[in-house]
Amino acid sequence: MADLTWRPAPRSRLTAASPPRSPRWRLLPSAVVLGVVVLAVLVVPLFVELNEQYVDLAIANQPPSAAHLFGTDELGRDVLLRCVYALRVSLTVGVVAAVISAVAGTAVGALAGSIGGWFDRILMRVVDAIASVPHLLLGIVIVAVLRPSLSAVIISIALTHWLTAARIVRSEVLSLRTRPFIDAAIVGGASRTQVLTRHLLPNVAPQVLLATTLMVPHAVWHETALSFLGLGLPPHAASVGNMINDAQRSLLVGGWWMSLAPGLLLIITTLAVSGLSGVWRDRLNPKRRTELTW
Amino acid sequence: MTRRRAIGTLALRRLAFAVPVLLVVSFALFVLAKASPFDPVERYFGVRIMGASPERVAQLRANWGVDEPVVAQYWAWLRHAVTGDLGDSLSLQQPVSAVIGDRLGWTVLLVSVGFTLALVLGLLLGTLAAWRQGSWLDRSITGGCYALEAAPVFWVGLAVLYVFALQLRWLPGGGVTTGSEPVSAGGVAVHMVLPVAVLAISQAPWFVLFVRQNLLESFTQDHVIGARARGLPDHLVVSGHALRTSLLPFLTLLGARLPELITGALLVETVFSWPGIARATVEAALNVDFALLGALTVMATGVVLVGNLLADVLYALADPRVALDG
Repeated sequence: MADLTWRPAPRSRLTAASPPRSPRWRLLPSAVVLGVVVLAVLVVPLFVELNEQYVDLAIANQPPSAAHLFGTDELGRDVLLRCVYALRVSLTVGVVAAVISAVAGTAVGALAGSIGGWFDRILMRVVDAIASVPHLLLGIVIVAVLRPSLSAVIISIALTHWLTAARIVRSEVLSLRTRPFIDAAIVGGASRTQVLTRHLLPNVAPQVLLATTLMVPHAVWHETALSFLGLGLPPHAASVGNMINDAQRSLLVGGWWMSLAPGLLLIITTLAVSGLSGVWRDRLNPKRRTELTW
Repeated sequence: MTRRRAIGTLALRRLAFAVPVLLVVSFALFVLAKASPFDPVERYFGVRIMGASPERVAQLRANWGVDEPVVAQYWAWLRHAVTGDLGDSLSLQQPVSAVIGDRLGWTVLLVSVGFTLALVLGLLLGTLAAWRQGSWLDRSITGGCYALEAAPVFWVGLAVLYVFALQLRWLPGGGVTTGSEPVSAGGVAVHMVLPVAVLAISQAPWFVLFVRQNLLESFTQDHVIGARARGLPDHLVVSGHALRTSLLPFLTLLGARLPELITGALLVETVFSWPGIARATVEAALNVDFALLGALTVMATGVVLVGNLLADVLYALADPRVALDG
């Protein structure tokens, strides 16, 4: 039916419709950017030591220059170098939180989907109920209970983000359960547990992995927002949110570069992660190639 | 049963679901607060607990009922909450209802204007992008949307604040009044421009991409091809036929975006020192003020539930094909 696809006629050559771009065009740039970021985050700390308490007021508040590409902050620390450390902390928080929430979500979703009945209904109502509380607010409550710290931030992200994974796994399990190979396994004498671990879980694994990678940027965002509000990592620790929070004061006296770098880096990294997982998703289910998110 | 009555039952059923959800959420928050190692009585005295007589401390503990079982305490809170008494905020030394009452209006103002603007932007830019699919206009709109989706809203806020308030000095960058001026409609309108704009452009990308996607899909549907075949001009086909069908799913998105909207408003308010509930929320969290924090969270949950209900009812009213047993 592709021939019937109608597009309003272009008015001029300038706006002539181009052929739909293949999703692959974003594979290379995303991979390169993510590669550079991960490499920087892993390698730079090995060679350059960043003492978080190190202060050099002689070079404080310098705008970007050849020596300091993104300038220095109010205590004379190099913004770019600090960004690398901040991104390391933020990405670690994001990955750990995403993995925890994916595991929790898979457990709940698989149980709900494979047991079914009342158990399923109640569990999904609980998921609906938690989903009605705005994520950041719930995160703030959890951080308030546990007091701001690295583990509190990770727990607050994990506890608010497992819902997506649970819903995906449940619906996948429900649709897999009607497939002949599951019937065959049951006829062949497989127990409930065997069906779940040998047949259902391996088949939802790709979807779960995809959901986990898509969750990483979201988790990083959550950490950044909490830190920005002063409810995340301790103020002296370099994290993207803390850096932007610190930079607020300098902004008032004209120091724009201190918040520019962390924000830009975060945007680029997020786009790279979602670009890569977008390519992956298109491979996984080509039917849903045109999606809202990347 | 007529469809209208069916929609009525749907609304009632969803409301009936909302009540237990609110109860569960508030009870869970209550248990969380009790599980935290913070004792409100010690908190109230601070260092003065050293000099306070044990009788006075014991008196206060009995008055506040902090040593009773959690369920009894929750029941007491609930009984008062239904009558509008949400307890006292420890950090702000005010009744919680007064704290919320003072600030809620400002937040509602910011959110409603920002949301409306985001919707208008979403419809306009989304239609433009779909109309000129693949053009430079489309590419810049979608590219900009992806970048904005990835950018933290407070970072965008700081950038806007720096450019328009600090460098160009076109608009005020914080609060609702300048200096000691009394609050006036004109002054508030001027102070609102930047926060509302930031909230709108941070929320608009989802709407833009959604409208664009749905429009592109509806271009392949029979009624649109039919309209095209009858020789109707492009703009009529797009606005009259394609846009109309693709707007329906838009309604559900409105409900689904509400939690993000509240989150965004919280961050925008913080950047622009808007006198809404954001400051109170952060203060409450830093000072372990659960009376205030819990009330705010339950309230936000209620708003989300009602918003989802409204979106579903509107959808069912607008589209007769929607099944009502969900």
